[in-house]
Amino acid sequence: MLAYTIRRLLMLIPVLIGMSLITFSIIHLIPGNPAQVILGEQASPQAIASLEEQLGLNEPYFVQYGNYVAGILQGDLGTSLRTRGEISTEILPYLAATIELTIFALIFAVIVGVNAGIISAWRQNSMFDYTAMIIALVGVSMPIFWLGLMQQWVFAQELGWLPAFGRANPRDPVETTTYFYLIDTIINGRFDQWWTSFKHLILPGIALGTIPMAIIARMTRSSMLEVLRQDYMRTVEAKGSKTFTVIYRHGFKNAVIPVLTVVGLQTGTLLGGALLTETIFSWPGIGRYVYEAIGNRDYPVIQSGILVIATMFVLINLVVDLLYSYIDPRIKY
Amino acid sequence: MRKKSLWMWPLSVAMVASLAACGGDDETAGDEDTGENGEDTEENGGDDANGDLAEDQTLIFARGGDSVSLDYASVTDGESSRVTKQIYESLLEFDADSFEIGPGLAHDWDVSDDGLTYTFYLEEGVTFHDGTDFNADAVKLNFERWADPDHEYAFIDDGYTYSVYGTQFGGFQGDDGHVIDEINVIDDYEVEFVLNEQLGSFIQNMGMSYFAITSPAAFEEHGSAINENPVGTGPFKFVSWSRDDQIVLEKNEDYWQEGYPKLDSVIFQVIPDNSARLTALRSGEIDIMDGLNPDDVDAIEGEDGLTVFERATNNIGYLGFNMDKEPFDDVLVRQALNHAVDKETLIMTLFAGLAEPAKNIIPPDYLGYNDNVEEYAYDPDRAMELLEEAGYADGLEFDLWTMPVARPYMPDPQRAAEVLQENFNAIGVTANIHTEEWATYLERTEQGEQDVFMLGWSGTNGDPDYFYGNLLHGDAIPGGNRTFYRSEEADELFNRGKVSVDEDERDEIYKEAAQVVHEDAPMIPLVHSIPVLAGNERVQNYVPHPSTSESLHEVELTE
Repeated sequence: MLAYTIRRLLMLIPVLIGMSLITFSIIHLIPGNPAQVILGEQASPQAIASLEEQLGLNEPYFVQYGNYVAGILQGDLGTSLRTRGEISTEILPYLAATIELTIFALIFAVIVGVNAGIISAWRQNSMFDYTAMIIALVGVSMPIFWLGLMQQWVFAQELGWLPAFGRANPRDPVETTTYFYLIDTIINGRFDQWWTSFKHLILPGIALGTIPMAIIARMTRSSMLEVLRQDYMRTVEAKGSKTFTVIYRHGFKNAVIPVLTVVGLQTGTLLGGALLTETIFSWPGIGRYVYEAIGNRDYPVIQSGILVIATMFVLINLVVDLLYSYIDPRIKY
Repeated sequence: MRKKSLWMWPLSVAMVASLAACGGDDETAGDEDTGENGEDTEENGGDDANGDLAEDQTLIFARGGDSVSLDYASVTDGESSRVTKQIYESLLEFDADSFEIGPGLAHDWDVSDDGLTYTFYLEEGVTFHDGTDFNADAVKLNFERWADPDHEYAFIDDGYTYSVYGTQFGGFQGDDGHVIDEINVIDDYEVEFVLNEQLGSFIQNMGMSYFAITSPAAFEEHGSAINENPVGTGPFKFVSWSRDDQIVLEKNEDYWQEGYPKLDSVIFQVIPDNSARLTALRSGEIDIMDGLNPDDVDAIEGEDGLTVFERATNNIGYLGFNMDKEPFDDVLVRQALNHAVDKETLIMTLFAGLAEPAKNIIPPDYLGYNDNVEEYAYDPDRAMELLEEAGYADGLEFDLWTMPVARPYMPDPQRAAEVLQENFNAIGVTANIHTEEWATYLERTEQGEQDVFMLGWSGTNGDPDYFYGNLLHGDAIPGGNRTFYRSEEADELFNRGKVSVDEDERDEIYKEAAQVVHEDAPMIPLVHSIPVLAGNERVQNYVPHPSTSESLHEVELTE
């Protein structure tokens, strides 16, 4: 298992090199000059030319790429063209914001999705099953943008229950050390702020978690249906175990592997693809960091941002793979 | 799997419970007290005539994008200067709602008879937020920092550029056109600028937020991190900045203007989505929102507790002709197309009435605005006559380049293009809408690949030269002049206007220039748009400035 883990970690290197090469080529294929974008439509050509030179944009592409990779190898993610900040420090708050939101969305998606799926399978063709699966179908095809705006309209504007934007009360900013607000507020002993930050998570978390929830519910249901038909399930039932034990301990445990795979893939998607949710709810996460960078042709930020997202994606898949053998000891590496 | 099944149920119960509990105490009401600002209301006691000031004097200003940098001189975006305007001050300041210049950090100024020496008399007893004294040395240091690429605080190696300085003062130290020859410190509170040629807009430039004064000690302390550690003399002090989220400023208790600022703190909050920003305003979470969609104005005006703020117009949205290409080298064709456009309909459908039809290139209220220019009236018949005269009786076809992004002067370029397309269609002219990605659009129109293109320009210092010199002067090719308009007559007028320091004379010159440009018709001036903001009615004394950066020192909140 250790050998397997190390082998998988080593495989990260070619994956990331490939990633960075593709990203680099694509962003340099998009027409548009960063200096022009930074200075805007009212800039003089002289100003643009001198900024290009300063930013090293007039170097050949392979030199730019070489410089970039050389930096990465020394643990330097580069400097943003636009803000002139070090990306390795600049990216941390964004990353924390995204991870916090992703974890919340995932907890929501897994709890609701798995349970809905299990019950649907257990009571196949019942009203619950039909309702849950229709909701799941709607959930999968739900435009996040619309869902988010509706949530804001109902829960923030009309009912006034939940805040419409941001990570905390803007009038009472959270003092940050880890950039995870739910942790920082506890460190600071501000439990009122913890509660506020938690409330800020709810709407974007649900918006973000809706699609994964629906996918997880459908996957759990079909996986469970398969298991429930197995002979050993009838045996467990025949020996008089409680329904709860039958379903969860014997049923779900055997149905969990495909569900876990889906959860892993969805987590990766959430980490990188939260852009819409982050935009609607003004959540300063990594999706927006990279998005803003694309609009501004901020090459180093695009590259490093995507590299970080890709790394997380690969790591999560690794964790999922390792979990397989923990859950099902028959799986060996 | 037992572990999992056991913790799963309680968690889901907790989730439901917490969702339900959220209705209890809400912080979305907007008037909640953070606990820190509650005590100091006595300070308002003196001038508390209306008696109903809110206890929490924290203003939240929501906008679509974040600032790029808080070093105002090294960036050009309005979102940066909107914030630095609160922290920093310039030698002179514009009026609250116009470009009328008045005293700022300098209470008085003189111009020598030859128009080459400007002397500024500085306010005494002003200190920067770090306690450093504001004086003539600080002024000299700041200007030299922008002019001299080798200056120790120019930070060129860290990617700093001062493009606005270059544009306004003819380049940098050592360049041919650079007008500031030397800066002399006469004494602590008197500083003299010696120019090597006259510059008509010099005084206007001094009011720009791009030329505000930073504490010399802060350069020493923060170096190139000055963009994240701004230290000025303004009404508000910098507290914190979390990127793409919020910038927090607090009251400068030692502000040199007695009794100001009124607010305890100002928060610039980023909310990228327009509808989400409006929702936040309606739910009371924010006080002012920028970038209100013109279509929403009517709704807001009818709502209790909300109000609309109009910003004085300071821009031009236009359709430019590429005069290097046939048939747009023919003045008759250009005039014909001018007659074809129905500006009123455009304004009603796209701007919800919040724009003025344009006939000059510069905005109304500007020095040199020529109201006597007789605009090309909407007259399709006349347009067709002119086309026939030019030899295009059978019509013509061209690509109508359309901007991919909304700008203040053009909130919905795609729809505008469709309206214009219809207008041209009515006189037998086929306009094919063509669009490019923004940066490419700017590059390719600069290189002259377009036929007819949509673009605009916003003023920064209220001076006509900023429009004419950049948009229509032959020297601005390649550059801002994308129409490739080359007129000796107009260039001569622009040159004279640029250097003259006599206001009346400049007014005459630019009026004449407006007439020349009108007749040559290098572009179709479409609109001067009026940007709108929405806010809570609790916000008092908020006056949007045409430059898009206004000081909030007089603003206060009522209950």
